[in-house]
Amino acid sequence: MWMALSYACWGISIVLALWMLYDWFKVDTTFSEEVLTSSREGELEAVSEKHRI
Amino acid sequence: MTITLEPVIHGDRVSLLRVLGPAHVWALGVGIVLVGEFTGWNFAADKGGALAALIVCWLVGLLYTSVAMIDSEVTSTVAAAGGQYAQAKHIVGPLMAFNVALFLVFAYTMLEVSDAILLGDTIVAKAGVEGLTHNSFIAATIVVLAWLNYRGVLMTLNVNFVITAIAYISIVILFFSVSPWTQGAVLKLNELVTPDNALPYGWIGVIAAFQFGIWYYLGIEGTTQAAEEVRSPARSLPYGTMAGMITLLIAAAMTWYVCASMMPWEYLGITYYPLWDAGKLTGSPLLENLLFIATLLAALASANGCINDAARAWFSLGRDRYLPTWFSAVHPKYRTPYRSILFLLPIALAFAFIADLNQAITFSILSGVLQYTFMSINIVMFRKKWPLGSIRRGYTHPFHPLPAIVLFCLCVVTFFAIFLGFGSQLIAMVAFYFLISLWFHFYRYKFVRRGDQFTMPWPKPQGY
Repeated sequence: MWMALSYACWGISIVLALWMLYDWFKVDTTFSEEVLTSSREGELEAVSEKHRI
Repeated sequence: MTITLEPVIHGDRVSLLRVLGPAHVWALGVGIVLVGEFTGWNFAADKGGALAALIVCWLVGLLYTSVAMIDSEVTSTVAAAGGQYAQAKHIVGPLMAFNVALFLVFAYTMLEVSDAILLGDTIVAKAGVEGLTHNSFIAATIVVLAWLNYRGVLMTLNVNFVITAIAYISIVILFFSVSPWTQGAVLKLNELVTPDNALPYGWIGVIAAFQFGIWYYLGIEGTTQAAEEVRSPARSLPYGTMAGMITLLIAAAMTWYVCASMMPWEYLGITYYPLWDAGKLTGSPLLENLLFIATLLAALASANGCINDAARAWFSLGRDRYLPTWFSAVHPKYRTPYRSILFLLPIALAFAFIADLNQAITFSILSGVLQYTFMSINIVMFRKKWPLGSIRRGYTHPFHPLPAIVLFCLCVVTFFAIFLGFGSQLIAMVAFYFLISLWFHFYRYKFVRRGDQFTMPWPKPQGY
């Protein structure tokens, strides 16, 4: 059982690592560098959040 | 309550998401630290005996209470990702800030590595299967938690809250299961800690024990990294940090009492699993399995919080051009510093596969203590430049400058203790920070937009 768990850990690690690499590539090719690096320190944007709660 | 996230651009900017509350701040701080009760603190007993482990529990508790109070005051005013880095930038100057950010990244990345190694070793020890190594468990810990952090801070710290609470409750359950009000039935403190063996190496043993006493609370200051993602920084950060510190003082006292009452100091000082061993010694399979699972959960919570904090410190360096701005990217959908998370992932994996637990722990502690030393100086400068009443503070710590003096003195003692145990690593680390400071001063700082990096709307400091 423990050996199977060990192999499962390798599998999960590889799948998630590949997913993150794919998402990274997708984001970097979809959005401009100016938009992605546009965060500024000290800005309070709580009132302008667009997520729905 | 459900939160729907869409890849929306907020005006012209993509920023970190302000969704956290005091409970998340508590989960971040206590989550990072609690693993220290499950392993680490007990090596103080090896340095100076069981009583030395208790003395440093209180003295290092004093050190971290000072850290929590000072941190709460400054960060309730400087509410920015990067925590102590942003504080140093505004109060001391860019070179100090660069160093502090590196202390943060090293302290948290090395702690993450230690957590992953601990988790892997714990599973291998439980399995007892020949040929089973810890590598797969280390990889899964680091990659799965990096993925969680990549996908959003709210879920990351919700998970941390749940697993930290379970690990904490397991200590409470163990404490009450061994009838702490009775000696002789399960606990035998008066037999195991006697006047003859309480301090086997005398008071120099107590000083040496400081090196591992740090583990009782190492990382509580990580709460400040959430400053840009909490809904109300001035309220949530002091509240979450101080509540976390109180929680940890109670956990540390319970842990010492149970473990020192069940194991002789010679064994307590060398075991990697003091609480799990205590669970085994009760003879209850339920407690044994509960403490095994709690050890794993504490390691997971700590690594999870460390990934969160290291990535934000690295991200902040990029945002101020102290490092390439490429690192300051925020994911437009998940609103996390995704490039910083991904950049630090292979570094953590590499250290976890090649370093041993003692080395990783020592590098983490060293970077942490360097940071605490800075904080004692930082608060004195902060109060001098911006006295009470000159700017709005979410929290004002009492008895200034006593906490700063206590913190500085205890940091000096801890440096001496580390020098006794790991002198060459201490010198190597200080040399590294000196060389990297030269690189920053003579090469990197010319890329920094000097006016842009100071963002707090404060009045001119006194004396300027």
